[in-house]
Formats: sequence, C-alpha cells, structure tokens
Amino acid sequence: MEIEFINEGWIFQLGYIGAMIRLFKVKEKQRELVENANGGAPTKKQSPGELRLHKDISELNLPKSCAITFPNGKDNLMNFEVSIRPDEGYYLGGTFLFSFQVSPIYPHEAPKVKCKTKVYHPNIDLEGNVCLNILREDWKPVLNINTVIYGLYHLFTEPNYEDPLNHEAAAVLRDNPKMFESNVRRAMSGGYVGQNFFTRCI
Amino acid sequence: MADAAPPSKSRDLDKLLLRPGNLVGPTFDPGVQLRDDLQEYARVLVVGAGGLGCELLKDLALSGFKNLEVIDMDRIEVTNLNRQFLFRLEDVGKPKAEVAAKRVMERISGVNIVPHFCRIEDKDIRFYNDFNIIALGLDSIEARSYINAVACSFLEYDSDDNPQEETMKPMVDGGTEGFKGHARVIVPGVTPCFECTIWLFPPQVKFPLCTLAETPRNAAHCIEYAHLIKWDEVHSGKAFDPDNPDHMKWVYDEAVKRAELFGIPGVTYSLTQGVVKNIIPAIASTNAIISAACTLETLKIASGCSKTLSNYLTYNGVEGLHTKVTEFVKDENCLVCGPGVLIELDTTVTLEKFIDLLGEHPKLLMTKASITYRGKNLYMQAPPVLEEMTRSNLEVPLYDLMDKIPKDVLHATGTIDKDGKRSSGLRKLRVVFKGIDGVTDMDMAGGA
Repeated sequence: MEIEFINEGWIFQLGYIGAMIRLFKVKEKQRELVENANGGAPTKKQSPGELRLHKDISELNLPKSCAITFPNGKDNLMNFEVSIRPDEGYYLGGTFLFSFQVSPIYPHEAPKVKCKTKVYHPNIDLEGNVCLNILREDWKPVLNINTVIYGLYHLFTEPNYEDPLNHEAAAVLRDNPKMFESNVRRAMSGGYVGQNFFTRCI
Repeated sequence: MADAAPPSKSRDLDKLLLRPGNLVGPTFDPGVQLRDDLQEYARVLVVGAGGLGCELLKDLALSGFKNLEVIDMDRIEVTNLNRQFLFRLEDVGKPKAEVAAKRVMERISGVNIVPHFCRIEDKDIRFYNDFNIIALGLDSIEARSYINAVACSFLEYDSDDNPQEETMKPMVDGGTEGFKGHARVIVPGVTPCFECTIWLFPPQVKFPLCTLAETPRNAAHCIEYAHLIKWDEVHSGKAFDPDNPDHMKWVYDEAVKRAELFGIPGVTYSLTQGVVKNIIPAIASTNAIISAACTLETLKIASGCSKTLSNYLTYNGVEGLHTKVTEFVKDENCLVCGPGVLIELDTTVTLEKFIDLLGEHPKLLMTKASITYRGKNLYMQAPPVLEEMTRSNLEVPLYDLMDKIPKDVLHATGTIDKDGKRSSGLRKLRVVFKGIDGVTDMDMAGGA
C-alpha cells in the first residue's frame, strides 16, 4: 500500500495534517515486525530539568570556601551537598553543610535548599530553613546553581537582621553586635545560646 | 413511517467522514472505509481520568474511537463528584481509571477501554509507542513535561534534518483552571512541543520565608507559615502529606491560631487546601469545553476531515466567553523535540577525540564540552570531584560508552565561540556510527 504525500512532502502547512489514519493502519499491521528504533531495552528518560542541571554543574565556578559533593554518585546530580567555610566575618572558620534537591522541572522551580548544620544565624532557623530571596520569591529560570551557592555564602559574610527567621539572633545582631559575635563563636565551638544547644562545627 | 430505519448512531459523524468538504486535509478520503478504519485501527490513550479525563473518554468514544485506554494513579474522592460525572458516591475510594472505563463501556456500545491504575512513570516507554494519539487531561507541569519527553523521544529525523512522519506521536493537551482553559495540538517535529513553550508558564507565587515568619499580611501567609515552618518545628522528620486529612486539619488549625494572633481574616479549610495543594476550584463546563476541543482535534488528526487547530487555543469564561488561537512556532534548538546536530563517527573514536571534534564541527564550535548520555554523565569538565570521577571515560571509545547502539541521542554542554562571541550552550547531538548494520536504513521503512 502506498502512502502519498502532497506539497513537496510537507503536508503540515497551515494546519492541514494529512489523515494519519493511513499511517495508523500500516503501523497496526506491522506491529509485530516493527523494532524499537533504539534497538534495545528502554533506557532511563532524562528530563530537560536534568539536562539544564547538568549544564549548571559543569559550569560551576566555586570559590575556595565552597565545596560540592555528590552522595548519590556521578550520575545523580539532582541531590547533592555543598559545604561552606567562610573565610571572613562572624562565621570565620566554621563549616556549614547544605543539602540541595533539584526538581525535574528545574529551572522552572528553584532548588530546595536546607541547612543541615545547626547554626545561630538571623536568616537560618533551627530547622534548617534558609531565608534567601532567590530561593523563593526572586527565583528566575535564568539563575543557576552557582548563583544560589554564592547567595548562601553571602548569608555568612553579611547576615542581616531585616529578614529574620531567627528573631532573637536578629535582634541581638541589630542591638548588640559584640554579643552577637560572641554568641556565634560559642555556638560554633559547641555550646548553649539561650535555651538552644549547638553542636561544634569549627 | 413505521418502516423508517432509526437514525444511524453515527449520523453526525457521517456528515464529517462520509462526504468531501472545503476544509479537509490533503489526503482526506471520505467514505465508510474511513469511518470503519478509525474504529478498528486508531488507538488513543487518555492520560488522566479526572475532570478532563472523564469528558475525554466520553467524547472520544462517541466520536467513533473504539480502542481507548486510560491511565490515572488516583482514587475517587467526594470533591470530584461535582464534575467527574462518571463517578458516584459509592465509587469513592475506587481507582478512577477503572471506574471511568467501566462506566463508559456500559453506556456506549462497541467501545473497548483498558484502564491502568498506576503512575505514568511506571509504564515502560514502549507502552506509549503503541498508541497513535495521546490525549492529555493532566494537572501539573511535571506530568506534562514527562509525557512530552516520552512522545518526542519517538521522533526521528533523516539525514537532512527533516522529521519523519511515521515517528511523530501527536498529542492533544488540555488544561483547565476555574473559568479558564487551554487546548493545544502538539505534533513533534512540526508544532512546538511542550518544552518549546514552557516559558509560557508564569513563575509560581512564592512568599519570602521571613514574611511568613515575621510579618504575615493575609490568610495565605498564615496558611503557608503553618505548612512550611510550624509543621517542621512540631513534627520534625515527618513529611507533610497533603492528601492526609489529619495533616491538612492540623495545618488549618495552626493557620487559624496564627491569623487570630495577627488579626487577619479569611482563613478557611477550603482556602487551606487550595493554598497548600495549589488548587483552584474546578468547573464542569470549562472541562467540557476544553475536552470537546481536544476530542475534535483528535478526530481531525486521525481522519483529516478538517483543518486542525494551529496550534494553541485559550479559553476565558470569566466574563462572557472569549477564545483565541495562537500559532506558536517551535524552537529549533529545543532539547526535547529539535533535530539536534547530526554527527557521524567511527566506532573507534574515543570520548576525548569526540569532545575535540565538537570544537571543529561547523554547526557547533563547542569547546570544553561535558557529555551526558541517557542519564549517565560520561565526562564532566567541572567541578573537580566529578571531573576526577569521569576522567577514565576519556580513553574509552564512545561507541562502547553508548552500549554499542548504532545511533542515539546525547547532550553536550560547553563554551560556544561564534563570530568572536563566547557563550555557554547546551546542545542535543544525534550520533550515528558508520558501518553498522541497519544504519543505512535512515529513510522511512517501506509500507505494506
């Protein structure tokens, strides 16, 4: 059975799709004979999100204070960890671990980032939630993993009391920076600040 | 009069299929054979058996399609009953796909519907290839992106970068939200695919965490505070499950407390559900309108009985009724449906040599490329930890790394140097290995 195409082969101009029923009929008759075009067992589908993430990761340009690890191996880039060791400011010398979870519809959605180290910080609460604008209301698909990591680093070099998740820490930073500094050092060395105990991270 | 035959059940359909017209497709062949062929040979998959899915199954069955299958992972809930008309109160708790299939088969003779009670990701890709047209009644970007990627993965291009018609898997995608909806026709390789136009979606509304923590101003802030912040404080470790009514009730109670604290009105249980699950109340008529549009397009694609929608219809019934059709164009560089760049290689070429070749290829001019193939990262230029882990692949022939498949798609990301301007790029590559059996068969497989 011959299938004829009209118009130099292009029958899809102007919304005129040729009656595909003829193709369906051919396909149905050939069903047992048609081999999977890729010649083998179906393989893992790679989502566009994973591809864009692959691009972001391969272009990472991190400062010395930031390191990235892939606990699920080199083929699972959707879940990784970043550790930040600030080399200036209140948090000098401490090491802070963040977990990243990237969604299949990245970059339409921002990566989900949580702080895994308990830290005394005005913009990070005790559950590990991070208040960083680009992770929520200011996320744009044009941003990437590099910008997020730089944003996190910035939180340590320039904590600010105006977007607090930890109100007490924010108030102390605003009203008594010297006490804030000693609270931070005590927390990083392992100790109590108020009712809360912080494990050593320095 | 007593002897007159009752009107044929397919009387209206016959008007479209049995006679010629002015808007018909170029290969339209009117007649009883066409109507019978549609019944016998056309296989349509309906993805989703909810608001759109129920309507789609009914519409398709009544439009002459007799081989249908439906897939949905959900069970019926009471709140579905205002519009998912195939379900009754006693069906609550049963799988949507199974009940929907049963009900339509009971009411429409001759139709066969196979239900699949599972997630779309649980099906082998070959399952989707068995269908001629896929009709989507989905409710998330993620699900659409997945099905789009699967359907477009069947698309093949010839050596002149023309899409091959017999590998096109048309999709008809519908979506609704309150009084608004859209219907679109996606023919991979011809119209834009879902990824080509993903920029159409506005970014999701996300409140700053600190607003939720410090300065809530409206009911949604209170609800999100309870959902995102208070939940973890009290239930640390336990994941919040939006489908668990006890969890939802807890969030609602906390949101009410928070709202009282700040003097904010408007927190209700149904608003809580809406904010947490991102739900907008559904209206039966919107679903009916969009499904009707989708079914009509499915009929047109299969039969050629009329000009198809080209290619994106929006509907807005908020005030009066407004519809508009826009013709979007596909993205030539689309990673999902685009042809990519064709590269022919010997089976002995190593990964390292391949990466070098990319720099010289006139259509690419890509240096320092990182390569990924079907989820495996063959080589990463950065960061150092991944570079080390993948370095050993550089001296392996690419043919081996690609499991000795004669031709396949992989992706490269690197620096593109065009006319002195450098930018970073991500490209789809169609690799074909020379001298392997079956590779010469690049043109269409012969017909019957």
